[in-house]
Amino acid sequence: MKRELVLLLALAALLAVLPMFAGSYALSVATLILFFAYTGQAWNIMMGFAGQLSLGHSLYVGVGGYAAGALFFHYGIGPWAGLWLAVLLCVAMGLVIGFLAFRFGISGVYFALLTIAFAEFTRIGFDHLDWTGGPGGMFLKVAQRDEWDLLNFRGPPVMYYYAMLALTAGAFALCFLLLRSRAGYYWQAIRENEEAAQALGINTFRWKMLAVALSSAMTAVSGVFFAFYYNNLFPEQIFHISRSIEIILGPIIGGIGTLFGPILGAAVLTLLSDGITEGLAALGWEIPGIKQVFYGVVMLLVIMFLPHGIWPAIAKRLGIAR
Amino acid sequence: MPAELVANVIVAGVLTGLVYGLMALGLSVIFGVVRVVNFAHGEMMTIAMYATTVLFAAWGLDPFLCILPAAAAFFAFGYLMQAGLINPFITRPEHSQFMLLVAVAIIMVNGLLMMFGPSARNVQLDYQLESFELGAILVDKARLYAALAALAAAAVLFLFFRFSKTGKAIRACADNHLGALVVGLNVKHLYALTFGLGSVCVAIAGCAMVLLVDVTPALGPAYTLLAFVIVIVGGMGSMGGALLGGVLIGVSEAMAGLFIAPSAKSMFSFGLLILVLLFRPQGLLGKKA
Repeated sequence: MKRELVLLLALAALLAVLPMFAGSYALSVATLILFFAYTGQAWNIMMGFAGQLSLGHSLYVGVGGYAAGALFFHYGIGPWAGLWLAVLLCVAMGLVIGFLAFRFGISGVYFALLTIAFAEFTRIGFDHLDWTGGPGGMFLKVAQRDEWDLLNFRGPPVMYYYAMLALTAGAFALCFLLLRSRAGYYWQAIRENEEAAQALGINTFRWKMLAVALSSAMTAVSGVFFAFYYNNLFPEQIFHISRSIEIILGPIIGGIGTLFGPILGAAVLTLLSDGITEGLAALGWEIPGIKQVFYGVVMLLVIMFLPHGIWPAIAKRLGIAR
Repeated sequence: MPAELVANVIVAGVLTGLVYGLMALGLSVIFGVVRVVNFAHGEMMTIAMYATTVLFAAWGLDPFLCILPAAAAFFAFGYLMQAGLINPFITRPEHSQFMLLVAVAIIMVNGLLMMFGPSARNVQLDYQLESFELGAILVDKARLYAALAALAAAAVLFLFFRFSKTGKAIRACADNHLGALVVGLNVKHLYALTFGLGSVCVAIAGCAMVLLVDVTPALGPAYTLLAFVIVIVGGMGSMGGALLGGVLIGVSEAMAGLFIAPSAKSMFSFGLLILVLLFRPQGLLGKKA
């Protein structure tokens, strides 16, 4: 336990002081890593804890982003208020999907396909929704970039970095507490063998719904961040299945169901992706698609040889618990 | 909306739907037997389509003549993929299998992007512009030939599974994995054979489809999703279901394109998928699990 705490504190300290010696590009990469770490952690709650494979998580990012973004765009309502609408909508949708799936006994492949269908349906829907800009996208005005304006969530890149860091740390802490709580044990029981859990008297429906609701709420926050960080939203991008896959790559490569997995996986993937882009540019091999092929190969290798993800293997070496 | 226009659109939808059905048939066969969700299905079809354009550009081969070499190549490819890559994964959890094939799909799509670039390619043949007249209905020659090829391939596959010894062995594996092992069937080999056959379906469907649409790498994921919608609507593991589902989706896409907006046609298909998953998850012709 002591060893883990030391390593954790070291990491936290490193992340806290990173902006002081990182250039603006490195900072944006770090923010992106934290974004995927946070969103991956949110997805991990549904998959790693409750065992439900969601391949349509981009739905919540998109609806969260568009909800807060639209309120800001049309009525000038700040992100903190928009956050509530975003979370509300996403939890509602998550509960609907969860209800439809669990009441009707849909699981595994079929559940994953259901989530994909909902995401795609929403994507095409937003493509035809003029109030949010349709396929042309929605652009949010940036008032200023110099001072930290937390109320309107506008400021220098450093502010966004710390905001994302806070979110990721919060998610990490939440998952840590949850795993050791009754909810965590129930979820793990459901994940390992749902029928056995039911036989023990656990109301699996209720706990699965809770996992879905929590996961979608957290992802909604991620969507709101996305909207106010990038300031442009396109249905084709934000709801696309490739976004869903991006979200889940981190946890899968890092280690599903573990605490550190999503964070490590996000870091590895983002750094790898950037490294490959730089490397290829240096070699002069700038062919569109080559980066994704490398991605795919890495994914393939990890899935084939490290099926539980990178983190458990590293944790064993470091001698700490997952 | 004149009745003739609607009738024409329906006929076109049915014919295109049959080609979709053949593609979905491959997926259904693979899932029905090997129980692996082939997330790279649409990508494989896109590879077949590109291969046809290459053969056409190089040697002027009519896509229908490409069918034989494409089918052979894809059979080998499918067999090797199952034997080499997927077989170890059969016992792993579902999300692992998913992710394996998603990774393969990503490599395929972007490999195509690297080789051919993002712009569309197609084949140009005289009979693509001709059509038969049946009263007020105009039937595109290309569409009709494609649909006939799809039907022929489906019929051959059906006869194979029904009457040949290997076909029966494969069906036995699908029905009862343990029983098949006990009886002494080489299940791994049969799985690989099945994947090969599914790939052949995809190859033929691809050769036919390239007459109807232009091919871009982005079609891969779209067709994968479409194949899943069709197989679920028609019924996993049911061959007739796959064709029926294909026709249904083909017609509904055409009608949605006509009445709502062309860009919204997939929305209809996904809506149908959601409804079927909720109210009849075994699909129209599937057996209850």
